[in-house]
Amino acid sequence: MAGNIKIALVGNPNTGKSTLFNLLTGLNQKIGNFPGITVDKKLGYCKLPGGRQAEITDLPGTYSLYPKSKDERIVLQVLADSNNPSRPDIVVVVADATNLRRNLLLYTQVADLGIPTILALNMTDMAKKEGIDINIHKLSERLGVQVVPISARSNTGINLLKQAIDNTTSIATQAEGADLHLMAPEAIEAARELLKTNNNYLALQMLHQHEPLNIFSSGEHAALEQIKKTHHFESSKLQAAETIARYRYLGTVLSGVIEDTGAVRKFVISDKLDAVLTNRFWGFLIFIAILFFVFNSIFSWSTYPMDMIEYAFVWLTEYGHQHLPDGLLTNLLLDGVLAGLGGVVIFIPQIAILFAFISILEDTGYMARVTFMMDKVMRKFGMSGKSVVPMIGSLACAVPSIMSARNIESWKDRIITIMVAPLVSCSARLPVYTLLISLVVPQKMLWGFINLQGLTLMGMYVISILAAVFVAFIMKFIIKAKEKSYFIMELPVYRMPRWTNVLYTMYEKSKTFVFEAGKVIIAISIVLWVLATYGPSERFEAIDKKYAAIEAKKDSSQVSTLERDKAAERLENSYAGILGHVIEPAIRPLGFDWKIGIALITSFAAREAFVGTMATIYSVDNDGEVATIRNKMKGARNPDTGLPVFTFATAFSLMLFYAFAMQCMSTVAVVFRETKSWKWPVIQLVYMTGMAYVASLIAYQLLK
Amino acid sequence: MQANSHHYIQMKLSQLSPGQRATIVSFTDLDMSVKLMEMGCLPGEEVEVERFAPMGCPIAIRVAGYQLCLRKSEASIIIIEQ
Repeated sequence: MAGNIKIALVGNPNTGKSTLFNLLTGLNQKIGNFPGITVDKKLGYCKLPGGRQAEITDLPGTYSLYPKSKDERIVLQVLADSNNPSRPDIVVVVADATNLRRNLLLYTQVADLGIPTILALNMTDMAKKEGIDINIHKLSERLGVQVVPISARSNTGINLLKQAIDNTTSIATQAEGADLHLMAPEAIEAARELLKTNNNYLALQMLHQHEPLNIFSSGEHAALEQIKKTHHFESSKLQAAETIARYRYLGTVLSGVIEDTGAVRKFVISDKLDAVLTNRFWGFLIFIAILFFVFNSIFSWSTYPMDMIEYAFVWLTEYGHQHLPDGLLTNLLLDGVLAGLGGVVIFIPQIAILFAFISILEDTGYMARVTFMMDKVMRKFGMSGKSVVPMIGSLACAVPSIMSARNIESWKDRIITIMVAPLVSCSARLPVYTLLISLVVPQKMLWGFINLQGLTLMGMYVISILAAVFVAFIMKFIIKAKEKSYFIMELPVYRMPRWTNVLYTMYEKSKTFVFEAGKVIIAISIVLWVLATYGPSERFEAIDKKYAAIEAKKDSSQVSTLERDKAAERLENSYAGILGHVIEPAIRPLGFDWKIGIALITSFAAREAFVGTMATIYSVDNDGEVATIRNKMKGARNPDTGLPVFTFATAFSLMLFYAFAMQCMSTVAVVFRETKSWKWPVIQLVYMTGMAYVASLIAYQLLK
Repeated sequence: MQANSHHYIQMKLSQLSPGQRATIVSFTDLDMSVKLMEMGCLPGEEVEVERFAPMGCPIAIRVAGYQLCLRKSEASIIIIEQ
């Protein structure tokens, strides 16, 4: 094999496959797409000792080529399709040396597909400590492939593995992992002829699983179905027989190869930890404490970097306006593109921090216990134990949380989690709540120690969580499950987190967000900028004339207030302003006027735009404090009735609207990215906005 | 529950309490058995129930040298003998 070679990493979950991937490729990795499949592909590059470049793909972890989840299906899809551009020249199966027999089941399946294979025995140091002795030479001889003992955690054996990859010939050498000709021999023969392959196992796998793989024509699908019918091919029975045959084969292979002298000792620490961490009382208490810590950290640790990002963008915008020639292009670049970019980058601290915690919790094995403890509760609401983290994370920001829902295996559980996560009040709603609460709720103490404003704020969070649970419960009955949901899951032993993995995860998730969701967000923010900046030219000309006339009469000290008035008037007459007037009849039953209408429109991309828009509409200085905006809003009167605009009813209705409505382009973009279709983000946008409208309507009509 | 000719008691895995051990005999659901066997729950394999989740389900078992958790409904298709 000359030139570049393609290598795929395959293995069970929790075998250290990703750590090995990071070790082999360093930061030289990217996220791509598998052709025709909606799952991310992790790709990286590595230089081999012989000078060749290896393209390494990290395939999703799985226990078997018969998949339980969508992610797991990729493994077979990539390995089975000879036309797939990702199909590897060499497969490296990563196996956990501390639990070799179960790990080798997948190895025998992969090896039987006939691609040159290497077995990397990971955690060999750990196995030795636990008293497991593996005779590498004997194992390699019996399997017919190179077996390389490594420890990804302590970075040993990696060069040996690279050397082994270099030594691998293009002819597969492995021994057959099961007597396959005993299983449905006629059907296999017929399928081999149809698919023009001389590989028995590939033919058998295609008989089992051709349907979900999009690598065949409809004629081939029909022909395979016909073969199954003619030869009475019983899929589940054959799968069971195959698994038993493989384990029998592995029993022979491993006898005399593996010696286990310390079987009892190795779980002592994990068991002791589990007794506390999954305890009926302490388990939940510790979990809540950890959640509180995570949530608190996302808020407090991200403040400083987020402020820095904000200042940096404000500075850049100002600097740009000072040094670039005034004009349309400059304004578009600075107020449209740069502002949009700022709206994307601002999320990075929260994404990075949330994923740092998720990665630590997963790496240590604690996440599996959370799933274990919470499964029964979450199942009542159409989700699974694995939905807990995305739901809690949404209190900070729905964007990283929806990304983290990817490890939920059941499609239905995952979709419901994604659909309700944005209902949980995120940090972007906080400035809206604070402003409106300070406007209409008196700063009073209840029974001397409960802050009434704080209580209202907490109430908003409780309402949002109840809404999410309620919608999840409804969706449980509406959404049809695509596959049987299993909860057969390994509880890995507790381990120390691998800090480099944590850093890679933070980097990778932030990068994915910026590049994928960023495109949509910037596009939408440019559109909104155009809407808020431009209006019918005759109206704008009239405004310009009016202010030029006033300006000529006044002295320079008042020019700045004039500028603000002019900006407010321009906004009113911009397309966004006109739209605000257009939607006024629809939002009047909610207690909103056209000015709030403008804020609703500008908040469409990001709800935090509310405060800024209010500032512009009520002609507050750009650097005006919240108190100034509040006073202006308090003084606002309805021109027809002379009554205050922001009554308790209006403010509460508005808060409910911001609590429920989907006003976050980043979330829409990320839901599109995660579900790879516009169906779900559109449904989400419609149901959330509908729910917001109805809730606000009811609240206003009852309270006014 | 029934006693067979070897005087072993056959029952479902879901009926065991934490700390009890047994040997897997067979399965009552073919599709589920495929997944369980892949995870190492083979007939003849010894299992020990380690603990229940705080709300009684799922349960954690020790099998094939590692810890596996599964819902009670899934454990109830595993026939064991003590």
